[in-house]
Amino acid sequence: MSLHVTGELLDSKRVGAYQHLTLVAPGIAERFRPGTFLAVSLADSGRLARRSYWIHQVRPVGGHGPALHLVVEPTGVAGRWLAGLRPGAKVELTGPLGRPFALPKEPVACLLVGEDVSAAPLFALAERLRERGCAVTLLVAGRDEAHLLSALEARRSARAVTVVTADGSVGQKGRVADVVVDTLARARAEVVYAAGPHDTLHAVAAAAEDAGAWSQTAVEVAQPCATGLCHGCPLPVIGEDGVARTVRACTEGPVIRGDRVRWAALA
Amino acid sequence: MTRLAGLELPGPVLVAAGCGGTGRELEPYGGLGAIGAFVTRSISLDARPGADAPRIVETPSGLLHAPGPQPGLEPFLATELPALVRSGTRVVVSITGASLGEHAELARRLATAPGLAAIEVAVGGEPFQAASVVAAVVRDLPRGLPVLAKLRPDLVRVVETARAVLDAGAAAVVVGDALPAALPDGRPAGLSGPAIRPISLRCVTEVHSALPDADVVGAGGIATTADARSFLAAGAVAVQVGTALLHDPTTAARIAAELTEET
Repeated sequence: MSLHVTGELLDSKRVGAYQHLTLVAPGIAERFRPGTFLAVSLADSGRLARRSYWIHQVRPVGGHGPALHLVVEPTGVAGRWLAGLRPGAKVELTGPLGRPFALPKEPVACLLVGEDVSAAPLFALAERLRERGCAVTLLVAGRDEAHLLSALEARRSARAVTVVTADGSVGQKGRVADVVVDTLARARAEVVYAAGPHDTLHAVAAAAEDAGAWSQTAVEVAQPCATGLCHGCPLPVIGEDGVARTVRACTEGPVIRGDRVRWAALA
Repeated sequence: MTRLAGLELPGPVLVAAGCGGTGRELEPYGGLGAIGAFVTRSISLDARPGADAPRIVETPSGLLHAPGPQPGLEPFLATELPALVRSGTRVVVSITGASLGEHAELARRLATAPGLAAIEVAVGGEPFQAASVVAAVVRDLPRGLPVLAKLRPDLVRVVETARAVLDAGAAAVVVGDALPAALPDGRPAGLSGPAIRPISLRCVTEVHSALPDADVVGAGGIATTADARSFLAAGAVAVQVGTALLHDPTTAARIAAELTEET
């Protein structure tokens, strides 16, 4: 069950290229599962479309109970506004929304692939998987070092971490698509989770299918309402019955099996 | 209690077509209990994919929207409508057809659907065409099933169009549909939201003043209780809340509760 509440910003700090926000939002943190997201309403009442952000982590904050962590790229109207908020600011938000990552019933080897700020939902997932005895391998990618999300944090919850950057500023130089097949083979992963741009997700889903692994992809599609009301976030999929359909990314996704997405039809 | 088109509704706040999902998506946000009626997304005879992405685009104080995906009448009758009726809310089915024949066919097949409170049809702003659509819909409906005609808030012709659809058998007029607009890439779209609210309010005022006995539902960018009150003061017997739900899904339930508190 999702809630629409007024949250309060507790803390905001810059890490690399991103702004890390800590928010208290009564009831939402308690319902969090990795892969769910928040929809934020801009305070400017002339801007009606909502903006969706992955819930990065849920961590207790003294005196407030569990708090939500978001990672925001300070670009665009919403990103600049959120990144510029001072502690104490009020934010209208709805969450947790969407279908979370499905967790394996058995303690199997898992590969988690994340790129840029989109990698945000994977770190809480890595913790949950480790608690269940899954061997977690992380592949973290970024444009450059500043856009590489939480690489240090990643090392705590994963058995092995591979880092790639497009400019080679840290880790291997390259893109996810260049290394995912090898990483998947080394990890002997049976389940692959991916969060990133569409072309990256497509490459990961294809690599997983070739290797006989299950994949779950967290697909980012602009969501005008994020609550299922407007049917404005089309996600092209193939149903269990083999029929091509379009579902709402916000309610039927945003996490969806990689082999179910019609990647070529995804604008 | 609100009386609209011969119906007794629990309140004057309706959920506007295309802004309430299938109804159950609003459950976590105040639900439909205090809502006067739920207007469904516009249903066509056949299933259709929606316009290509981006289909809904933000513009200052408004949203631009190209046509959304259509489930088609049969799947709607099989799943969405029964679920809505079971939820206990008053259900108004919004219909959309490409021709008079399609409108008539939709009306014929909905006439026997259990649990329906009314039918809404968007008729644009041209009086003759609007009256023809309403006549085609009304002809095959049982007497107790009212038709709400939704008019474009075009001040030049809205009174004439309202008179024409009422003469053609509409039980009420909804004044304030999306205004014709274009997406930034030029594709046709409707403009909804607070940007059109003052225009809709003027149209409601004019229609009520010319046709004081007509049941008028005000719509167009209503986002607060004060907005709703200004439409009711202008002569509307009820209001529809649409675009505001996309920004804050609790809006309709909150306005309904706040209006009840005051009276």
